[in-house]
Amino acid sequence: MKRCLIVDDSKVIRMVARKILQELGFETEEAADGQQAVDACKRQMPEAVLLDWNMPVMDGIEFLKTLRAMPGGTGPIVVFCTTENDIKHIQEAIEAGANEYIMKPFDNEIIQSKFSQVGLL
Amino acid sequence: MTPDRFTFISELLRERSGLVLTTEKTYLLESRLTPIARRAEVSDIDALIDLMKVKRDVNLIEEVVDAMTTNESFFFRDIKPFDLFRDHVLPPLLEARASKKSFRIWCAAASSGQEPYSIAMTLLEQKAKLAGWNYEIVGTDISRSILDKAEKGVYSQFEVQRGMPITLLVKYFEQQGETWRIKPEVREKIKFKFFNLLESPASLGKFDVVFCRNVLIYFDQKTKGEVLERIAALMPPDGMLFLGGAETVLGVSNAFKPVPNQRGVYALT
Repeated sequence: MKRCLIVDDSKVIRMVARKILQELGFETEEAADGQQAVDACKRQMPEAVLLDWNMPVMDGIEFLKTLRAMPGGTGPIVVFCTTENDIKHIQEAIEAGANEYIMKPFDNEIIQSKFSQVGLL
Repeated sequence: MTPDRFTFISELLRERSGLVLTTEKTYLLESRLTPIARRAEVSDIDALIDLMKVKRDVNLIEEVVDAMTTNESFFFRDIKPFDLFRDHVLPPLLEARASKKSFRIWCAAASSGQEPYSIAMTLLEQKAKLAGWNYEIVGTDISRSILDKAEKGVYSQFEVQRGMPITLLVKYFEQQGETWRIKPEVREKIKFKFFNLLESPASLGKFDVVFCRNVLIYFDQKTKGEVLERIAALMPPDGMLFLGGAETVLGVSNAFKPVPNQRGVYALT
């Protein structure tokens, strides 16, 4: 079973994402900010990361840069999932190594479609 | 709804658009025709049908057909057909047309434009191979309102996220507030035209590749066969046809045969 780390400071969003991802056959783990996500990746690299942008302690883009510099950190497929929906943010995310980008609000159809595009499904 | 009203409206739809409306789809009449009834200032859809019976109002009939045949669409719907097009249909086509350096593609049910734009983006991604080539994509549909949307090429955030990779969104769309507009370089590859598949497509010209996906399912067997024969007549001997995942030529027409290992792709017999 593939593992997906859900990184979002909103408990509600994490719950919604967890439900969708479990239905798609993922084992899930959760982190409430970028630092918690780094710690989780140090313990075990997931196959996928669903990543919010704006979070306290460490934001999504900083986490992504940290992850990509970690040993084995190029492995996980990272899908941003954020309310930041302008081209500048999207380009910054792609340059930092994001594989896909979801603009909130999202639903199971969008997650499924994006995850199959990047070969996770 | 009374049986005679249902018979009247289903026969009208079949005759005008080929759409086969079964009684279990009566709810569709309700949801899609109620706004038209309101605009026509009659009380409900029964009254609307009665009005159509007594007065053959061409505009009203077109509006009703339009509302009943409008279907949703996605960018890169089902993904696979677009990969097959790029990897298996396009290379031999480019080889066969190497001296002419031109080809034409027909999207026979273009809907709100996602399919022709997906094809155009697929071709633009092959820019290097297509340098010096001329190609045209013709997108047709029976709904004028949906063609208007296709021509504008403006999509909601929700629409652009269904099926389209983010890299293509950034490359081929411009953001306008909450919506995304297709860039002119993609838009200019496509000619949108009003066309009814029940009529002769001869005036559209010849096509090397035809996408006719998820529209035959609405027709009866005889109409399916006739539409396929007319498409075949517009193709050169090496022309290729794409049908939807739930569609086939088997038992419908002898003009096409499935291409082995390429699901949804058909060659002329």
